[in-house]
Parts: sequence; C-alpha cells; structure tokens
Amino acid sequence: MSSMSLLETVIRRTLIALVLLFFLFPIFWIVLMSFQTNEQILRIPPSLFFKPTISNYTALVSGELVTAVGTLKLTFTQNLWNSAFLSVASVFLALVLGVPAAYAFARFKFRLGEDIAFTLLSFRFAPPLLVLLPLSLYFTDLGLNDTYIGLIWIYQLIALPLILWIVRGYFEDISPDIEHAYRIDGHSWAGSFFKIAIPLALPGIAAAGLLAFIFCWNNFVFALILASADKQPVTVGALAFVTAAGISYGQIAAAIVLSILPTLLLALYAQRYLVEGLSLGAVKG
Amino acid sequence: MATLELDGVSKSFKTGDVLSDVSLTTGDGETVVIFGPSGTGKTVLLRLIAGIEEPDKGDIRLDGKSLVGMASDARGVGMAFQNFALYPHMPAYDNISSPLAARGMSKERLDEKVHSIAKLLKIDHVLTHMPKALSNGQKQRTALARALVAGPQVLLLDDPLRNVDAKLRYEMRLELPRLLSEFKSTTLYVTQDYKEAMALGNRIAVLAAGGLAQIATPEDIYLRPANVEIAKLFGEPTINLLSTTIETNSKGPTVRLADLKIPLDAHYERFQGRKVRIGIRPEDIAITREAREDALKIEVVAVTPLNERVVTLFKLADGTECFASAPDIQSSTTTRRHGAAYATIKTDGILAFDHNQGQRIEATAE
Repeated sequence: MSSMSLLETVIRRTLIALVLLFFLFPIFWIVLMSFQTNEQILRIPPSLFFKPTISNYTALVSGELVTAVGTLKLTFTQNLWNSAFLSVASVFLALVLGVPAAYAFARFKFRLGEDIAFTLLSFRFAPPLLVLLPLSLYFTDLGLNDTYIGLIWIYQLIALPLILWIVRGYFEDISPDIEHAYRIDGHSWAGSFFKIAIPLALPGIAAAGLLAFIFCWNNFVFALILASADKQPVTVGALAFVTAAGISYGQIAAAIVLSILPTLLLALYAQRYLVEGLSLGAVKG
Repeated sequence: MATLELDGVSKSFKTGDVLSDVSLTTGDGETVVIFGPSGTGKTVLLRLIAGIEEPDKGDIRLDGKSLVGMASDARGVGMAFQNFALYPHMPAYDNISSPLAARGMSKERLDEKVHSIAKLLKIDHVLTHMPKALSNGQKQRTALARALVAGPQVLLLDDPLRNVDAKLRYEMRLELPRLLSEFKSTTLYVTQDYKEAMALGNRIAVLAAGGLAQIATPEDIYLRPANVEIAKLFGEPTINLLSTTIETNSKGPTVRLADLKIPLDAHYERFQGRKVRIGIRPEDIAITREAREDALKIEVVAVTPLNERVVTLFKLADGTECFASAPDIQSSTTTRRHGAAYATIKTDGILAFDHNQGQRIEATAE
C-alpha cells in the first residue's frame, strides 16, 4: 500500500519536474544569454560556464549600442516606459468601462443584452491582422496614428472583452440577496454597487485586470503597425536589435529579461488575489 | 405602529402564476405567519413587500400609503433572509449597523444600539467576527439583529429558522415572540413548519397553490380548517380522512366507519345523505384492549413510541389505515402489542369535508 503511494509520489514529482523544465528552461537560458556577449552565445557547443558581463544591460540603459559598423541609438528605456504607460492606461480604462458593464450584464436582463455581450466577446475572435489594414486607414483619417490615445483605444479590443466576461461571472456568483439586503437596509443603488458588489467581486476584478495587463503588455502587432518608434512598446522595440550588422542576441535577451520583469513581479504579487478569486464560490452565506 | 395592507396582489413569473389575488390586512404590531407548502409563493410575497419584486397587479399599502414602485431603501422595512444574506466582507458589527449607518445615525448612538441588540440576541461576544467565522445560529441571530436594529415598521422574516439546528430552532421558537413584542413591529413570518406557525403567529395566513386559502388564528386553523388541504398541513401525524356518508337515525346524524356508526353534532342533520370525508385528529382516538360498545374493532399494525407520546398505526375492519396518537403515560403496555384492539373516537373533534371539493362543511345552523 505504502509502496504504491511512494511510486505515485515519484511519478507525480517526475512529471511536475518535466513540465517545469519544459516551461522554465527557455527563461533560464535567456537569463544566461543576457549576461553573455554575442560570441559567447554563438559558441558551439554552448556552455553553462562563462565570464558574465553586464554590457548588454548597460547598452540598453545608456541607449547606445556599439556594433562593428558603428554606434546605434537605442530607444529601449522609452519603449519600456511606453509599454508600462499603454498597459496601465488601457487596463484602467477597460476597468472603468468594463466593470459597470459587467455588472449590468450580470444583474439586468435587457433587450439585445446577450447579443451585445457576445459582440464584445467576438472582438477576441477576429485575427488582428484582418482588422489592422482598415484600422490604420481610419486612424490616418482621424489623426490617431502614432498617438497614445489611439493605441489605448485599440488596446480596448484586448482588455475590455476579457474584463467584461471574467468580471461578469464573478458578479453572477454573488447572491443578489446580499445586495437586496443592503438596499432594504436603506442604502442607495450606488451604495450597494460600490460597498457590496465591487468588494465581493474584487478578487475577480483583480484577476481580470492582471490578465488584461499581461495581454496588453505582450501585444505586438497593433503597436507595430499603428505607432512609430517613440510610441512603441518593448515587444516592438526589441526588433531594433536586428541590425544590419547582425542580430544582437545578448541585447535581445537582456531586453526580454527586463520586459518580463514587471509582469512577473505583478503576477507574484497578485497571486493571492488570483487564488482567492478562484475560490470565490465559498462566499455564500 | 403600522398597518400593512395587501390588496389583490398578483405576481406571475415566466414559469407560471405564483400569487393570484392575495388580500391581507395586518393589525398594528401583529405577527402574521405566512404558512404553506413550498412553491406557493410565500417568499415572493415578502419580496413584493420589500420591493425586491414588483407586483403585476394589486396594491401594497403601509398605513394607507402605497409602496408599489417605491425603491427598497425608501420602504422602511426590515428583512431577514432564509440564507441570511450577510455581507461576507464585513464583520458582524458592520452587518448589524448597516441600517443605522444608512439612516445617518451618529457614531455613539449607533454603537449603543448595536451593542444593545447584540446583547439581547446573545451575539455581543462575536461582533468582531466575520460572517464566515460565525456558527449558523450566530449568523441567523446576526441577520435577525440587522433586520430589527432600526426598529422597522414592518419586519419580514423569511423562514429564519430553516437553516439552524433543531435545538436552536426550539429555543428561538420560544424566544421570538418575546423579541417581536418588544420591537412592536408588524411582522410577517414565513415558515413551512406548522408548529412554528402555531407557536409564533397571532394569525396564520395559509397559502395554497395560487392564493390565500385561509387566514385565522392558530386555534381556528387547527380546529376549523377551511378545507381538507389545510387540515392535512396542520398536525402530526396528519389527520385521518375517511370517506363516508352522513346518515340520520333516531338519535341524530351519524357516519358509518367500518362496522360502527359514529354520532355527529346535531347540526350536521341538514347534510343528510351527503357524501363526505370525515377528518379525525390522531389525538382524538384512544386505543384500548377491552371491547366497548362504542369502540371500533381494529388491528394494531405498528406502534412508534416517540418519548413524549405514542403513535399507533392501525387498520379498521375494512382495511383503512389510520393513525392514533396518545401521551405515553396513558398507553398501557398492553396497547403496545400488535393485534386486535379497540378504538374510541372523541366525537366533538370530528371534521367533515365535502367529498369532491374538499371544503369543510360547517356544523352550525345555517
């Protein structure tokens, strides 16, 4: 009996280790690459032992990339700031618009309600490339090309449906009687929304916000087409390292490390909310 | 303090009618128990009064002022939900103080009121606890405190004892009438438990499929139910119902049960020849081993001692099964034996119902 469970434990641990290796090895390798020079990276066979250098990072921060052909200007810090600003602003706007909408869809039955909700979700189905061409034409006409406002608007395609549908589910899980009780106590409609519905759905709102943030942060194609260098996020900015003189793997690796750092930290911090959010079903009574 | 009037209130949902044409007027500070089997719209009735739902037809008035169309927060009612509906993210204190905070009460007054009601309901030691950390009984008391604390004109209690254990339910059944009289609120109390209804109500409003079947004092409902269905809902074991016909002989009206003619009140004479269902409460049947002239010959099938009383299942000579219930002290050991025995019926408790429609036939002159 105990040998059976020992065997199970061994198998389970091995499988978990394999999965972790599969997902974490690339990240581990990129972290290693970011401390190596291009020569060390391209050496065959690759080696785990090398003399670490921080030249990749200094290049990114100072904004100057010295290559065989000459010195290249880098806008990486600007890209990083763009990513942060675009993602935060987009998620903020999506929360302001999406949370009340999610509440409305969860609590009230109105004409075309389901159709509107589904249409919003369907924005997620459309391949971005399909809408990009007409969109860039419209944006030129409206003067929104290469503006933060235009990008934040377009990012709503990513963030809004996500927040709307996730948060709606959380609102639906809250017993309406809890809100009714609050109204009967003598509180206004707004009171029951802000003091009951929002706090109870907060884990879900946090989870949806985090997810939307990550999706916005990782977006590549919208910003590639609709923005120029000084408005572009890190995902597009990393392309700058593919230069005429060759591909600077070291800088790309360092850029990736720096660009995953904020989302990673945010995810670690928000983990407890995510777990709480998933166990929301226990809120009854 | 307040008179609540329901005037022809109807409400239907997509699934079908729930309430049709319910009219009911409560007295000042009266406790009316809304009683009925599940699915008869008891909770819906409370929700209509609280403003969670709006009636399709009819009017709801509080002291003559219509509540229909008014938002819940303006109605001045207090309500305790069956599932408690406590605010899970607030400690018990904030749950209870919520109605007072909504009325803009000063911190000191509020604090005083919360503590005094918490003391009354014996939850003053758990005021800092979150609802999650409360036992079911404490949750129920917190919900009750929240409903009561602002001294609402109308108090709506939706089966508040449903989700608490038997011991607590018994305690609360004794405690509630005192509590309710202290707050002087006009109370509507929903329950599915006839004992609770009898214990708490000044009057009981019985809801049957669709509408109000009878509204009367507990004694009236038990002794003079409007129809067979209501008679069946009150009492445990349920009332014995036997099909027969009212006959008249020289001594007055009688009904034949198996091999015996049972005399009825003289007033039943005018129903001579009518096919009826006779209702006999189990406690009106006494079982003995000795043969008596006025006793039915029966066969005892099963005896269930329930500590405070004994329930006996027996068969009449024609095979009909009936229940008898007697306090344990009276039932000698011999009647616990299965087999032949005799049953005497206390005749003044006999009820007669129309055989087809089921309404009770009144034993009074015209």
